[in-house]
Amino acid sequence: MAEIVVRDLRKEFDEFVAVKGSSFTIRDGEFFMLLGPSGCGKTTTLRMIAGLELPTSGEIYIDGEEVGRKPASQRDIAFVFQMFALYPHMNVRKNIAYPLVSQGWPRARVAEKVAEVARILGIEGILDRPVGGLSGGDRQRVALGRAIVRSPKAFMMDEPLGALDAEFREHMAEELRALHDRMGATTVYVTHDQLEAMQMGDKIVVMNHGVVEQFGAPQDVYDKPATMFVADFIGSPSMNFLRVRGAFAAGARQVSLRHHAVAVPEQREAFEGDLAFGVRPEHIGLTDAGGLRARVVAAEYLGTTQIVTLETELGPLKARAPSDQPMRVGETVGLEFDASRVTLFDAGSGRALRSALNEGALHG
Amino acid sequence: MSAVSITEPTSRAKWVAGSLVCLYAAITLLPLLWIFATGFKSPADAISYPPKVFFDPTVEGYVNLFTTRTRLSPEALAELPPPANLAEEIVRKYDMVIAGPSRFGERFLNSVIIGFGSTFLSTFLGVLAAYAFSRFKVPLKDDLLFFILSTRMMPPIAVAIPIFLMYRTLGLSDTHLGMILLYTAVNISLAVWLLKGFIDEIPREYEEAALIDGYTRFQAFRKVVLPQAATGIASTAIFCLIFAWNEYAFAVLLTSGVAQTAPPFIPTIIGVGGQDWPAVAAGATLFLLPVMVFTVALRKHLLRGITFGAVRK
Repeated sequence: MAEIVVRDLRKEFDEFVAVKGSSFTIRDGEFFMLLGPSGCGKTTTLRMIAGLELPTSGEIYIDGEEVGRKPASQRDIAFVFQMFALYPHMNVRKNIAYPLVSQGWPRARVAEKVAEVARILGIEGILDRPVGGLSGGDRQRVALGRAIVRSPKAFMMDEPLGALDAEFREHMAEELRALHDRMGATTVYVTHDQLEAMQMGDKIVVMNHGVVEQFGAPQDVYDKPATMFVADFIGSPSMNFLRVRGAFAAGARQVSLRHHAVAVPEQREAFEGDLAFGVRPEHIGLTDAGGLRARVVAAEYLGTTQIVTLETELGPLKARAPSDQPMRVGETVGLEFDASRVTLFDAGSGRALRSALNEGALHG
Repeated sequence: MSAVSITEPTSRAKWVAGSLVCLYAAITLLPLLWIFATGFKSPADAISYPPKVFFDPTVEGYVNLFTTRTRLSPEALAELPPPANLAEEIVRKYDMVIAGPSRFGERFLNSVIIGFGSTFLSTFLGVLAAYAFSRFKVPLKDDLLFFILSTRMMPPIAVAIPIFLMYRTLGLSDTHLGMILLYTAVNISLAVWLLKGFIDEIPREYEEAALIDGYTRFQAFRKVVLPQAATGIASTAIFCLIFAWNEYAFAVLLTSGVAQTAPPFIPTIIGVGGQDWPAVAAGATLFLLPVMVFTVALRKHLLRGITFGAVRK
């Protein structure tokens, strides 16, 4: 059980900079998600925390101790690999016992501990099986068993559900989260699946091109994105951006989209230039009263809701509407935005402008 | 095969295939059977024409292989006590007595020492080098690997004269150590390249898991990588042993007295007291055994090793 602090962490592979100065803090007992597209540096960050990769510069503190240069074996953490990495020449029991054997535990205690872990994970029945013939889920459980058997300070998980079938994945995600809640150990979890991150994480770090874009609770990251990348990456369908030129002073409560004035959360900074007006699909109302008009291009039925694709004079939009709202392709509807949920971005840098909505939630 | 089918072949096709395999096996194994049989023939049977398929087996060839004999006058023979053992009895028929052991046993032992010694050394160094090349950032890695491979681009015997002179200067001529080093030098390129292929195929995650689980890099190598590279190590060892065991040219050139191996020794039997084919055949039969035993013992690994790269995703 430990707090993990990462400060100005940087990793270069020859010419390529994989991680460009990440900083974040993982509180004791948190289920912490490192989220981002492939190649964003999330796995490299995780491997540096685990000690499988040496940082080029920066510091990593586990439980207050700087461990950036320490070998993995001395950091007292466990790692769950995407492809499980169970020792193929050992059976399930030996795999789970292996971390204890390295610490020189007496046999009887090892057997006791392995039995306890097997009971927690519900794999008592397969302890003497070779790992080769196990199903994906069972392999994953054995990998988890090997991780928890030692009661390490923290768990590192590198897309542990990535190799499982979609159907089984959800089940395993719940199991993992339940296991975490039961053990209360700090967990760092890498994923590129934003739904998985939202579903399981206490905190999310969103990375892109080796840079931490935002870090915060799932709701904050979703509702108060710090950058256009975060807004776009999280949520499905992702946030809509309408691009306009704009100018306003601090304290402004509305912006104009072409000639329609639209209410926004009170802005905290003055701005002039290219603006991206960001609104999530579920914060767009389709009513005849709306000032801005749009043409319905398509409607995708999803059961409880439908995704309506619209064409406006400012570009395309996607809105989420109740599925019982009649929608005909080709008809023109009015748009109404939920004023309190709109985020304005500097379209040039992608940075969110400070407002009453996101004040305090933005990072960096 | 003519009967190509994506499903189960017909029983007739199986029967034809089986017969062809048996026929092929018979053709390739016949010379071995011939050598084995000749070892148990009398010299007269061995050279009789037409060749004898059925004959009275005798261990004369083996006795001649392992002993040196002297001819005695009939008077001297008559004075001797009756033969004490089977070997003596056989030799007496030719008016001879056993004078002492031949050098075959010694030569055979040299082959074992040099063959297995160099196999061990090449595989041992090979697996360490292959692991380093596979896992670590080695400066000039590609150039070094090419350099290692380049030692195979010319037949070793092309450098026989420089090696002969070098060995004479260094005092390695006709020593076990010299021959072990020489065969290791020839085999090491094969060992490094073959083993690197095998180790490249072992996912790094296994070692990383071991590192996380509290083991040092070397422990991870020994307990996780080595068991998984067993297939590769076994097939590499067999290839190395076959070369070192069969090598003839350097053995002739560099060994004579102390460290001579069996290959250059066996032909010398021909010159001693006529052409003693049964003794030569007996020597050849015994010579085949160690490699055969070694290969059979590791055959499961070898088969997997040979088909290894072939079935890669």
